[in-house]
Amino acid sequence: MSKIIKLRKGLDIHLQGEPAPKLIEACGSDTYAVSPPDFEGVLPKLLVREGDLVKAGSPLFFDKANQEIIFTSPVSGVVAEIRRGEKRKLLNVVIATDGRGESVEFKIPSLDRASREDVAGVLLSAGMWPMIISRPYGRIANVADRPKAIFVSGFDSAPCAPDMNFVLEGELENLRKGVEVLGKLTEGKVHLGLKAGTEGVLNRVDNAEQHIFKGPHPAGNVGVQISHIDPIRKGETVWTVDAQNLAIIGRLFRTGRVDMTKVVCMSGPQVVNPYYLRIIGGAEIKSFVMNSNIKPVKRGGGVRIVSGNALSGRIVTRDEFMTFYSNHITVLEEGNYHELFGWIAPRTGKFSVSRTYFSWLCPRKRYNLDTNTNGGARAIVMTGLWEKYVPMDIHPMYLVKACMAGNIDKMEALGIYEVLPEDLALCDFVDPSKTEAQEAVAQGINLMIKELS
Amino acid sequence: MISQILKKVVDGVKPTFDKGGKLSFLHSLFDAVETLLFVPDTVTKKGAHIRDAVDLKRSLIVVVLALVPALLFGMYNTGLQHFRAVGDVAAEASIWGCWWYGFVRMLPLILVSYVVGLGIEVAFAQRRGHEVTEGYFVTGMLIPLIMPIDVPLWMVALAVAFSVIIGKEVFGGSGMNIFNPALLARAFVFFAYTPFISGDKVWIRGAGKGGEYIDGFSGATPLTQLGENAEQMLANANVWDWIVGTIPGSIGETSVIAIAIGAVIMLATGVASWRIMLSVVAGGWLTGLLFNAIGASPVMDMPAYYHLLLGGFAFGAVFMATDPVTAAQTNVGKVVVGFLIGVIAVLIRVVNPGYPEGMMLAILFMNAMAPLVDHVVVGFNVRRRLSGKLTKGRA
Repeated sequence: MSKIIKLRKGLDIHLQGEPAPKLIEACGSDTYAVSPPDFEGVLPKLLVREGDLVKAGSPLFFDKANQEIIFTSPVSGVVAEIRRGEKRKLLNVVIATDGRGESVEFKIPSLDRASREDVAGVLLSAGMWPMIISRPYGRIANVADRPKAIFVSGFDSAPCAPDMNFVLEGELENLRKGVEVLGKLTEGKVHLGLKAGTEGVLNRVDNAEQHIFKGPHPAGNVGVQISHIDPIRKGETVWTVDAQNLAIIGRLFRTGRVDMTKVVCMSGPQVVNPYYLRIIGGAEIKSFVMNSNIKPVKRGGGVRIVSGNALSGRIVTRDEFMTFYSNHITVLEEGNYHELFGWIAPRTGKFSVSRTYFSWLCPRKRYNLDTNTNGGARAIVMTGLWEKYVPMDIHPMYLVKACMAGNIDKMEALGIYEVLPEDLALCDFVDPSKTEAQEAVAQGINLMIKELS
Repeated sequence: MISQILKKVVDGVKPTFDKGGKLSFLHSLFDAVETLLFVPDTVTKKGAHIRDAVDLKRSLIVVVLALVPALLFGMYNTGLQHFRAVGDVAAEASIWGCWWYGFVRMLPLILVSYVVGLGIEVAFAQRRGHEVTEGYFVTGMLIPLIMPIDVPLWMVALAVAFSVIIGKEVFGGSGMNIFNPALLARAFVFFAYTPFISGDKVWIRGAGKGGEYIDGFSGATPLTQLGENAEQMLANANVWDWIVGTIPGSIGETSVIAIAIGAVIMLATGVASWRIMLSVVAGGWLTGLLFNAIGASPVMDMPAYYHLLLGGFAFGAVFMATDPVTAAQTNVGKVVVGFLIGVIAVLIRVVNPGYPEGMMLAILFMNAMAPLVDHVVVGFNVRRRLSGKLTKGRA
C-alpha cells in the first residue's frame, strides 16, 4: 500500500443534492454536438458541411494552429447544423444521430511493439488526442512534447461530485488498457491519484503508479495531486487525462471503435433525487435535464444548469450540449433576489466558512447554495484566508495579484505553471471581497501563452 | 412584510438617483443606503457559481461590535474621571451617571468622525463612479476611541479628512491603503497639535478650563507619570485599575478587560489574525523582560507585563495591528511584523522617556515595513520552489 498523502487545507462544501448510487440509462438524445468553445485555445477549421454523413470517429474539424489535432463525431448520423455565434465564431457542430451507432474502424497496433508515434497516431485520428491535457496552462497536449509524467485523478472532490468508482464500474480492463496506452506516450510514469478510504475499480488499476490522498476539496484536483507527487518546474511539461476519458481511450484500443458512452452525474440542490445517467458524450442537455427532474424554484429566479461542478463549471442552456471534459451536471437556483439587512441579520440558513455566521455550529448540515454573490465586489481586504484553501506550496493571493497586474516574471516565480483556475476555485468561494481569482488566473495563463510563444 | 414595503419605497425612488435623474449626483449615497438595506440581487457571472455568505460588510461589522465594550467602558470612564477630578463623590459612585456624562460628551466626537469621513468617502465614490465601501465603518469608530476626550471637534474633523483623503483615497480607497487610517488620524493630531493630545490636561473632560480640579489631582496617564517620575509611579502602581481601566487615557484604550472581550469576539469569528495579536503581545513582553535583565533604570526594571496593560498597547495589538489591509499578508510576515510592533513599542517607551507612548508609531512604522517583510517571505517560497525541492507538510 502506498503512503497516504494528507492534505489539511481545503474545504468540502456541503451542498444539497449529493448523487445517490443509482444509474439510469438515458433515453438518448436526437442530436449530439462537438463544440469548439470546449477546447481552450483551439482555432477550429471545419472539415464537414451540413448534410454530410458521419460515423463515430469521423473528423469534423481540426485546430488551425495545430493541424494534426482533429475533433471527431461521437455518433453516426448526419451533420444537421453548424451553429455560429457573434463574428461567425463556430459554436457547435451538431450531428443528428441515426441511432445505428456505427463507428469508423481504426487499426490498432499491438501495444507491445507499437512506437510512440503509432499510438499517438491512433489517438489523433480517432479524435481522442484532445482528451490529453498539458500542463502548464491546461491546453490540449502538443504531440511533439515529451511529458515527464502523466497524471490521472481517480476521484472528484468538488461539491456533489460523481463518485468515480461508481461511474467507472465495469471499466477495469478499459482503464488498464488506457494506462498502457498513456505509458507509451511518456518516458516517465503514469500516476493515478486515489481517495483514502475508498475501495473500487480504480484501486485495481495496478499498472499505474498509485497515490492515496486524504483531505478535503481540492484534493481530487489533478493539479493539487501533481504538486504533491512531482511538481511542475519551469520548462517541464506533464500531461493529465480525466479518469473517464482514460476508459474511453482504453475502449478504443481494445475494440478499434470510437465509443463515447460515459456516465454523468446529475446533482445539486435543484435536482429531484440526484442520480447518475449513462449518455453519449456531446448529448443535448435537454435530452436529460427536463422539467420532471428539476425542482421548481421558490423565488422565481429560475435555475442555472452548470456543466461541471458548482465551483468551476460552465453555464449551459438546455439547447446546448454536454461539454467535452465534464462528467457532471449541477443544477442550482439563481440567486437574483434582495434580502433585507442580510449583512447584519443572523441568517442561520446560510453557509459560510467565516464564524460571522453560525453554520460552523452544525458542520454536517447540507445547504442549498444559490448563485447570489452575497455581497458586492471590493478590493482584497481579508488576507491569510485564501492560503487555507489552496493545498499547494504557493501564495495564492500574490499569484492572483501578479495575474491581475499582468506581470509575467512574477506569475512565473509565484507558480503560474502549477495551477489552473479550478485549483483556486475555493478562493472565489470564500473571499468576502468576492474577488474573481479563477478569472484572474485564466487571464494570467492566456497572457503567458501569448507572451511566451 | 416590512421587507416588501421597504423594497417598494426604494424601487420607487430609485429612478430619481439613476443617471439622468434629478438627484443623480447623489447616486453613490443612494447606492450605499440600498446595499445597507438589502443584500444586492447580483448573481455570479464568472468563476465559482456559488459563494460564501460572508461579505466585507459582515466582516467589518463584527469589528465594530467588538469595539462596543471598549466604547461603552470609555463613556463610563469619561464620566468617572471627570467626577473624580472635580471631587464629586456622589456622582462618581453612579455608574449610570458616569456613563451618561461620557455618552453625551462622546456622541459629538463619533458623529463628527462618521459625518466627515463618510461624506468624503461618498464624494470620492460618486466622482469615481464606485460603490461606497464599508471600510469607514470601522475607522469611523476607531478614531474617536483613540482620541483624548477634550480634543476639539474641528481638530477631529481635520484629522479624519486627512486620514481619509491622504491616507486612503489617494491610494485608491479601502483595501489599497498603506497605513492604518485611524492611526494616521491620531498621528496627524499628535504632530500638528501636540498639546491637545499629550500632557496631563487633556485626558479628563473639562480639565484645564478654569481649574476646577480638586487639589492634588493629577490627570496624567500612568504612562505620562512613568515618563516624568518613574519611581513614584511604580510605587503607586495599581495594576487592577489598569486592567479594569479606571485611569485617564484615550477614550477606548484604558480598559484591558473591555479590549479583551473585543479580542475574543474577533478571534472567535476569525476576522482578526491570532498570529498578529499573539506576536505583538509576545514581542512587547519579551522586550520588557530583556530590559528587566539590563535593569539600568527604574523604567527598565518595571515588570514586563505592565507594558501590556498600559497606554495603547492592548488596544493597538487587538484593533490596530490586526487591520488586514495594512498588516503583513503572509502568515510568517504577520508573526514577524506583529512581534516587531511589540518590540518597537516597548523600546520607545523605555529608551525614550520623553515620549511615553510608543504603540502608535510602532504600528505605523511596521505598516510601512510590512510589504518588505512579505516580499522576503514570498521570496523564500519562490527560491525554494525554483530549487525543485518537494516540500512536505506545507499543505
